[in-house]
Amino acid sequence: MSIKVKIVSPEKVLFAHDADMVVMPGSEGDIAAMPEHAPLMLTLRGGVVDVYEGDVVMHRFFVAGGFADIAPTHCTILADRALKVEDLSVDDAEARLAALEKSYEEADKMNVPALDILMDKIQSARAEIEAGQSAVPAMSI
Amino acid sequence: MASLKELRARIGSVKSTRKITSAMKMVAAAKLRRAEARAAAARPYADAMRRMLAEVGRSVAGEGGQPALLTGTGQDKVHLLVPMSSDRGLAGAFNSNINRTTRNLVLRLQAEGKTVKILPVGRKTYDFLSRDFADLIIGHRHLSGSKEIPFSSATELGEQITSLLEKGEFDVCTLVYNQFRNVMTQTPTEMQLVPLALPENDNAENSDVASYEFEPDEGTMLSSLLPRNLQVQLYATMLETAAGENGARMTAMDNATRNAGKAIDRLTLTYNRTRQTNITNELIEIISGAQAV
Repeated sequence: MSIKVKIVSPEKVLFAHDADMVVMPGSEGDIAAMPEHAPLMLTLRGGVVDVYEGDVVMHRFFVAGGFADIAPTHCTILADRALKVEDLSVDDAEARLAALEKSYEEADKMNVPALDILMDKIQSARAEIEAGQSAVPAMSI
Repeated sequence: MASLKELRARIGSVKSTRKITSAMKMVAAAKLRRAEARAAAARPYADAMRRMLAEVGRSVAGEGGQPALLTGTGQDKVHLLVPMSSDRGLAGAFNSNINRTTRNLVLRLQAEGKTVKILPVGRKTYDFLSRDFADLIIGHRHLSGSKEIPFSSATELGEQITSLLEKGEFDVCTLVYNQFRNVMTQTPTEMQLVPLALPENDNAENSDVASYEFEPDEGTMLSSLLPRNLQVQLYATMLETAAGENGARMTAMDNATRNAGKAIDRLTLTYNRTRQTNITNELIEIISGAQAV
């Protein structure tokens, strides 16, 4: 018993395979999609999606926010931007984080919706750095 | 009658034109293949997005207080037109179709007493519209001339449209673009972006599945899905424009190459005839000269 997992970015299908469980970073907490899960749609925050086959994490993807569609037989993740964790660049993400924090400082503190959006982006960049660092092979640390 | 030398020069120049047009045709064919592949790769996301939006839309149907992207401002006074053309010419009627459709639409809306604003995308339509409607243009963008159209260019355009809507700058937004039917045919099409017609859920197998739950609630979900959906639609039309541009250029250059071939044949015929006449004339001169002696 497995579910069809699809990770899609606007440009292309990144990953399409059967898996036993997918753990994804929902905006209100991590959620695992398993076979026979009740139909659920959720928004994602920036973080890492783990694709399990058996008890082993076979694939790890970083997604920078997006949506997920969970159903009993399939799980589709629509990512704003998605990368394999191995391909993440910590330096890039750090540069982006610095730029975002700067624009957060300069932003109009009364404009709450705009601040929320910036905050989400900052969170996503932080998650990217964290994910990127965790992907570095243990020997080099 | 042109001299032999002139004819030779003409033939030479048409031949080099034919070389250029046939090379452009090859390049356009290669680019078309890539553009089509990219458009195909982007389709799964758009499909999944449409499915989700239909699902969310069904569960909020009939509720009040929905986002302006979905319902519009409730008015129909100010129209924002977004014509989308390519950045380069030499693609047959590809860009002029867009320009003509847009101009007719502007004139029609103005005749109905609506205010029109234009946000052209692509250099060709901007150049054209800024001649006739310079005062209506509120900004413009070029498609990135590079090989690949990044999703971020659609994101920026989408954000610009969304923020214009939030500021109450327009009531209805219509996109004018070339729908890619096949390599030969691209049809100028008007597509209303705001207010959005919610897609019907045509997926029959989905309808008997128990209804979805949402996290966060439907309203929040909808208000984050809609801007993204707008961007996805824009991205899809950008990719379609890129594919259509190359398709149109390929067809146009194919015609040009064929015409050049015909012109060369015609010129060569004239050249040979002229040469023959010249020789005959010379012979007659020599013979009649010899007879006179």
